[in-house]
Amino acid sequence: MHSSEHRDEARRVLGICDACGYCNGFCDLFEAARRRPALGDGDLAHLANLCHACRNCLYACQYAPPHVFAVNVPRTLTTLRQDTYVEHAWPKWLALLLEHSRLSTLIVTLVATGIMIALILAYAPPDALFDRHLGAGAFYRVLPWGAMAAIGAIPLAWSCLAIGIGLHRYWRRIRTAPVPLTTRALADAMRDVVLLRNLRGGGPGCNDLDDRLSHARRRLHQTLAGGVLLSFTATLVATLYHHTFGWEAPYPILSLPVMLGALGGIAMTLGALGFLWLKQREDPEPTAPEARRSGAAILGLLLWVALTGLALLIWRASAAMGLLLALHLGSVLALFLLLPYSKLVHAGYRFLSLLIEAMEQQHKRAK
Amino acid sequence: MHRPDVLIIGGGTAALCAAIAARRAGASVLLAEAAPRTLRGGNTRHSRNLRFMHESSTPLSSGIYPEQDFRSDLDRATGASGDPALSQLLVRASADATDWLSEAGVHFQPTAGGLLPVSRRTAFLLGGGMSMLNALYTTAERLGVEIRYGCAVGDLRIGAQRLEQVQLMEDGAGHWIEPRASVACCGGAQANRDWLRRHWDSAADGFLNRGTPFATGGVLESLFAQGARRVGDPTTAYLVAVDARSPADDGGIVTRIRCMPSGIVVDRHGRRFRDEGGDTASTRYAVWGQRLAHCPDQIAYLILDARALRSAPPSLYPPIQADSLASLAERLKLPPSVLAATLADYNAATEPGEDAQDPVGWHTRDLDPPKTAYALPLTELPFAAYPMRPGITFTYEGVAVDRYARVLREDGDAIPNLFAAGMIMAPNIVPRGYVSGLALTIGIVFGRIAGIEAARHALQ
Repeated sequence: MHSSEHRDEARRVLGICDACGYCNGFCDLFEAARRRPALGDGDLAHLANLCHACRNCLYACQYAPPHVFAVNVPRTLTTLRQDTYVEHAWPKWLALLLEHSRLSTLIVTLVATGIMIALILAYAPPDALFDRHLGAGAFYRVLPWGAMAAIGAIPLAWSCLAIGIGLHRYWRRIRTAPVPLTTRALADAMRDVVLLRNLRGGGPGCNDLDDRLSHARRRLHQTLAGGVLLSFTATLVATLYHHTFGWEAPYPILSLPVMLGALGGIAMTLGALGFLWLKQREDPEPTAPEARRSGAAILGLLLWVALTGLALLIWRASAAMGLLLALHLGSVLALFLLLPYSKLVHAGYRFLSLLIEAMEQQHKRAK
Repeated sequence: MHRPDVLIIGGGTAALCAAIAARRAGASVLLAEAAPRTLRGGNTRHSRNLRFMHESSTPLSSGIYPEQDFRSDLDRATGASGDPALSQLLVRASADATDWLSEAGVHFQPTAGGLLPVSRRTAFLLGGGMSMLNALYTTAERLGVEIRYGCAVGDLRIGAQRLEQVQLMEDGAGHWIEPRASVACCGGAQANRDWLRRHWDSAADGFLNRGTPFATGGVLESLFAQGARRVGDPTTAYLVAVDARSPADDGGIVTRIRCMPSGIVVDRHGRRFRDEGGDTASTRYAVWGQRLAHCPDQIAYLILDARALRSAPPSLYPPIQADSLASLAERLKLPPSVLAATLADYNAATEPGEDAQDPVGWHTRDLDPPKTAYALPLTELPFAAYPMRPGITFTYEGVAVDRYARVLREDGDAIPNLFAAGMIMAPNIVPRGYVSGLALTIGIVFGRIAGIEAARHALQ
């Protein structure tokens, strides 16, 4: 099916939801859809990204298959959401990475790791890769700090640019109503991100696995996202140590960067493993195959980043350090490169949709 | 031969409440649901709220609803035709219905969200009836109720003393079991075309069934055939106006057509037949259902102009639209000249009330039948139409029960081990009329009573 057919299906399904309205206690989606009866392309993009794929509205649906109306809101919007990632990718041709998520994740990771190994080999003699390096600056005897920083910063800057352009276009497309952007709405949207308010099923939880309710998906998401944030913070603190104080890695176990990184790595590992377990066990009906593939691909990469990081921490004083460093830096490089071209891109779009929703709700209250 | 203490026949609200109550009372329970798992739950699938008395404020409704108010609402709707003792029992027992459900895992939608119709009389289920069913089935399974899907009851054998055997139909084959007690919670016969034809003749062919296709009334007929006392009136049914394009079964809530006051309603001859502005309360759905049942071919068309359509609520199917009245008539297969005359007469007769800006005051002068409110002229192109048919929700014929929910024989004696709960016995309380949220309350209250009493009888 083409994206125009996906949109027609979303219009059909949301039209039925609009006439029914039973699910409006689960999340913000259904009232947001009611506020835009025309369901233009921009409206649909917004609604698709406002949906957190919690599944409750399928399990609660009197019109779900095998009913002849065959209403499946989470699957319909998940499919549409995948389309919006592709439509807003910049540059356009790199959207093919999104469309072949598993293969592209594998290839990018392998290539990035290869680049790291090549750089290390180019900088140090081949045996340096398997030598033991101890004391301050040990990592940089394998790869100099400047090179390491550059291969982190340049792809990250590129990815931020690509995401920024995508988000800018998305924002212009979904902001269809003249509703003011306020700090209050911004704060509300941030709170919705932290609490994942739309992933609580109105309070009791979501149909994460089956027709019982749980908070597993919400907690796993925040564990994983928290782990990524902690790990990134560890890198920033380490950069500060290096630049401002002139302290060179590796840092002691009880230092801030190591503590943050270790905690982040453990949280990422637990979150990613939990999510993968959930994906193995969950009912595939409320989701779309391409979304499952892209989810699994990015979970695999995040898990690889976390495991190589933890392994580097554990064996940093051994002869394996050089190779582990190459693997870890390769995984991080792949992650940075794939930020705009993987499932991870959902964060920005969803935040903007939450922001529009917060703006509209505030506007409604003020009236 | 398999011998559960209690057999529950059905799989909706009443059945689950009975199963949970009986299991908690210590009985072994087998629940036979005729539908497959994906379509389980009877008409609870389509429900959303339940009526409950509460004499102090609750987050689940917008105000208190004392016993007297519930009773008088019920009496007004039914013309006080229901059994007074059972009605009183229902109203009083409804007081802890929401607490009991919450304890069984059901979640409600608090009114504080501001997304619900304002109602002090009813509590809304978070996610509607399907969510409640999921919670109750989970609870029943956890308690050890044996649940069989695709398992219908073919027949019953009632002896001189008691219900002796029940025939279960699974995979096309029947087998007889001897439960110590049974609870019939399998609803009415509204999905059974032959049954409808018996009471409505060929008009039944023009009806759409809004609910589950599994309400075929087999158990009800078997009970009547073996001397159970009838209550209610088989020639009446709760009908609402639904889009004629809706599926034959299970269309549920979204098929309703609601905006008759905004337009005019014509029959298949193109003529108006009722005051479209006369009923604006929610009771108009049922009023129009009855009217449609008496229309030629059980069909009528709501005609709107572009302005009226803009004020219409969202609909399941898009309206049939046309750029001229003649082409609309053609698309609806109505006689164009008659429709044109009907609309011209109507438009010529419209006049504003004291405030021309207020649509309520607009009415017709010297028109038969009149339109007494919202009678704005219909002139703005394009014209639009919704074809409408009567949608049957439930029937007003059931089995008589006593206060323990035991099924009564013609002579008034109770069958000691046969109970009934839910819509199969609702006509004891509502032989006619209806108030919103009542069906669920009847299911919960009498399901619990029947479950407890059945377990008590079985464990004697």
